[in-house]
Amino acid sequence: MKSTQAMAMPRSESRTRPRTNRFLRRIPLHAIIVFLVLVWSVPTIGLLVSSFRPANLVTTTGWWTAFVPPWNFSLDLYREALTARGMGQSFVNSLFISIPATVIPIMIAAFAAYAFSWMRFPGRNILFVSVVGLLVVPLQTTLIPVLRLYNELGLTGTFTGIWLAHAAYGLPFAVYLLRNFFGTLPRDMLESAFLDGASPFTAFFYLALPLSVPAIASLAIFQFMWVWNDLLVALIYLGGAPNVAPMTVTIANMTNSLGGGWQVLTAAAFISMMLPLLVFFTLQRYFVRGILAGSVKG
Amino acid sequence: MFESRLLLALIVVVGVPLATIAYVWLVERLVGLLPDRTRDGIRPWLWVAPGILLLTGYLVYPTLNTLYLSFLDANSTEFVGLANYRHIFTDDSFITSLRNNALWLVFLTAFTVGFGLLFAILFDKVPYEAAAKALIFLPMAISFVAAGVIWKLMYDFQPPGRPQTGTLNAITTSLGGDPVAWLLNQPWNNFFLIIVGVWVWTGFALVILSAGLKGIPAEIIEAARVDGATEWQTLTRVTIPMMGSTIAVVATTMIIFALKAFDIVYVMTSGNFGTDVIANRMYEEMFNINHFGRAGAIAVILLLAIVPIMFFNIRRFREQEAMR
Repeated sequence: MKSTQAMAMPRSESRTRPRTNRFLRRIPLHAIIVFLVLVWSVPTIGLLVSSFRPANLVTTTGWWTAFVPPWNFSLDLYREALTARGMGQSFVNSLFISIPATVIPIMIAAFAAYAFSWMRFPGRNILFVSVVGLLVVPLQTTLIPVLRLYNELGLTGTFTGIWLAHAAYGLPFAVYLLRNFFGTLPRDMLESAFLDGASPFTAFFYLALPLSVPAIASLAIFQFMWVWNDLLVALIYLGGAPNVAPMTVTIANMTNSLGGGWQVLTAAAFISMMLPLLVFFTLQRYFVRGILAGSVKG
Repeated sequence: MFESRLLLALIVVVGVPLATIAYVWLVERLVGLLPDRTRDGIRPWLWVAPGILLLTGYLVYPTLNTLYLSFLDANSTEFVGLANYRHIFTDDSFITSLRNNALWLVFLTAFTVGFGLLFAILFDKVPYEAAAKALIFLPMAISFVAAGVIWKLMYDFQPPGRPQTGTLNAITTSLGGDPVAWLLNQPWNNFFLIIVGVWVWTGFALVILSAGLKGIPAEIIEAARVDGATEWQTLTRVTIPMMGSTIAVVATTMIIFALKAFDIVYVMTSGNFGTDVIANRMYEEMFNINHFGRAGAIAVILLLAIVPIMFFNIRRFREQEAMR
C-alpha cells in the first residue's frame, strides 16, 4: 500500500515521485506492455520485411530469416506490383474515389448538422434520430436496388456512382458527429452574431465551420480511410473493371487469381497501406478527438 | 485518358464544395424573398434537403425495396411469397453462416472489448501511453484486404518436414509440435479469422475506452483508495462500473461490425471450409448464383438481426440528449 500522503495527491503527481524504486517495481508492467505491443506489431513487421525480399525466398523461407546473413533484399516485388499488376493505376483510382467521396458527404452533412443544432423546425428531433438510426443499416441491404438503379442510369462502373454511394453511406455518421460538435458551440456567440444581423449563411461559414476544424478534420480522416479501405462497395458498383478498380479490388482479385505468384501481394498490400498510415501518423491526434466528439460524452 | 480523369477529379475536389456553397447561398437568396414568417419555416428544410435526399435514395428506399424483392423470384418478376425465406432456412450453407456470424458476434465483441479495456487500463499507467496506443490502433489504418494478406503470412502452412514460412507454424514446429492448417481445420478456422478482426478493431475499442477511462473524475478513484480499496477492488468495483456506458457503446459497435463482417472472410477463405458468413452468403447469391430474391431475403434477415441494436442505440442516444 502507498502512503496516505501519496494517495491524497492527484494521480499525475504521485506518478512522478519516488523514481527509481517505483521504476523497479514497475518493470513487470513495462515488460507486459512492451510484449503486448510487440505481439500486435508482428504481423505488420512480417509483411513489411517480406515485401522487400526476393520472390523465391518468400515462398521457401520465413520472413524472420531475413534478419540473419546473407541479407537478401530486393525491390522486385514492388516493381512487379506497380507495373505488371496494375497497382500504380489502382493507386490513382483509389485517390480519385476517396477524395471526392470524402469532400461531398462532409459538406452536405455540415449543412444538415447545422440546421439540426441551430434551427428550430417541427419534427427536427425525430428526423435527427432517424438519421442516427440509419447508422446501423447494413450496406448489404441496399446493394441490389441501388445496383439496379445504377444499371438503368448507366452509373455502374463510374466514379460519380461510387462517390455518391460513399457519400450517402458516410452521411449518418458525419451528421451525428458534426451535430454533436455544433451543439457544443457557445450559444451566446451565435446569438449575438444574429443580433448583429448575421444571416445563417454567415454564421455557418464564418463561425460554425472555422470553430469545428478539429471535428471536421477527424471526420475527414475517418471517411477517407473508410473509403480508401472499402472493398464491398467498390466491388459491387464498379464491377471490378481494372481501369476503375481501386487498390482493394485489385488486391482482392490478386488473392483469388494468383496461385504461384502470391508473393507480390505483400508489396501490393504495403503500397495500399502507405497513404492511410501516413495520414494516420501525421494526424493521429485528431482521431482521438474525433471519436470523442462522436461517442463519448464527458 | 489520364488527363481527362485529372480534370474530372479537379472539378470534383474544387467544384463540389463550391457547388454546395452555391446551393446554400442560392437557398438563402430565395428564402430572403419570402415573407418573414414562412422564411423561418422553410429554411431548415432546405438546409437538410441534400442530406435527406441522399439518405432516402441510398439507404431508406433501397432497404424497403430489398424487403419487397425478397418476396419475388430470382429475376424479381414473380411473387413467390415466403419461398426464398423457406429455402434459406433449409439451406445448410446458410445455417453454417448464421452459426459463424454468431461466433463472430460473441468472440469479436468479447475480445475487442476485453483487450481494449485491458490495454486502456495498462497503458494509463505508463508515460509512453500515446506511442503504445498508436501501435495498437495502427491496424485500423489498414484495409481488411491488406490485413488478409498480412495474416496469410501468419497462418501459412507447409506440410510437415518442409521449412515453415508461416509465423505461427514456425513457432509451433520450433516448440516441437506439428504444423497446423489454421484456415482449413473446422470449426477452429473461424476463430483464426475472428482473430484478424480482433487485431484490426481492438485499437478502435482501445481509443474509446481509454477516453472513457480518462473521463472518470480522479477524486472518485482516490476516495476508493482512501477507503482502503486495493488496486483490484478499485478497478472492478469503481472504474469498470463507471465505464459502463462507454463499454456499451463499444460493444454495440462491435456487434454491428460482427454482423456485417465481409472483407476478411471474402479475402482469406471466400467462405470455404465452413467459414461462410451472412454477408458473404448474400454476395454469393447475388453475383455467383444470380438469385436476387434469396439475396434480398438474406439482407432482410441481416437487417432484422440489427434492428434490436438500432433501438437500443436510439434509446441510449435519447437518454444522452435528455441530459444535455
